[in-house]
Amino acid sequence: MTYNVQIKVMPLKDLLDPQGKAVMGGLKNLGISTIEDVRIGKHITLQIEADSADAAKAIADDACKKLLANPVMEFYEIEMIN
Amino acid sequence: MKFGIVVFPGSNCDRDMQDALQNDLNKEVIMLWHKDEDLSMFTTDDYIVLPGGFSFGDYLRCGAIARFSPMMQSVIAFANKGGKVLGVCNGFQVLCESGLLPGTLLPNGNQQFVCKNVYIKNDSLPKALKIPIAHGDGRYYADDKVLNELEANNQIIFRYTDEFGNLDLSANPNGAIRNIAGICNKERTVFGMMPHPERATTPNLGNLDGVEVFRLFGMN
Repeated sequence: MTYNVQIKVMPLKDLLDPQGKAVMGGLKNLGISTIEDVRIGKHITLQIEADSADAAKAIADDACKKLLANPVMEFYEIEMIN
Repeated sequence: MKFGIVVFPGSNCDRDMQDALQNDLNKEVIMLWHKDEDLSMFTTDDYIVLPGGFSFGDYLRCGAIARFSPMMQSVIAFANKGGKVLGVCNGFQVLCESGLLPGTLLPNGNQQFVCKNVYIKNDSLPKALKIPIAHGDGRYYADDKVLNELEANNQIIFRYTDEFGNLDLSANPNGAIRNIAGICNKERTVFGMMPHPERATTPNLGNLDGVEVFRLFGMN
């Protein structure tokens, strides 16, 4: 069966995210001043052919570890859609 | 000593590196396509160079996809048996993604692509060298444990300084932690740096400081 998997990759919390900072500056300029922090990451969707949801999740996790996220600078979360 | 320069799709400093090594430093250079994997013409006395550019369009993360090119598997094996490897700019990013060097290169702290001459200093040199940089993702980062190890083993080969060689935060063009511009591995066989020494090896460009960098790496 084909599983739809969504992966969120975000910069580590302690790291400066210059992109997020620049966007927050833009939001402030728009007058939206109650936003206290903006951080920007990546959203990746995968379609995985696997025998079970657990197997699909394991494949996604392996893909994250090997390529999709770099643990030195990022963390990731995997969400199974079906 | 021979030099192999790996060309990835999106490399754009490969010919600059070839020109500097071949014509300015008089070295034998072999260009290597990333899809090939033969390094049998090189011994561990030779150097493989990963040039600057935007390999694979910098998709996902700089250097992340180039790391899986067939030639990179050979380069990693070559490095692991003691062969010498230099990565400049995007090449440095590829080395970090490959795990041949620790840490990573983050987007510049000022969110801008920076293209200018900077000064870098190595403790063994009497003065700072003027070398150009051109990158958007040059903010070196590693955790404290790795940084302390790099310092203890003298693996930080270049730091950004002012023109007099003083460590100064305002001389840091990208927010790199501890002003780090270049590092090497513990064995001192794999080198990575963001500045471009190959752009400073001829009087025609008005700057010969890059020759000093290549000398420091034992390449000249």
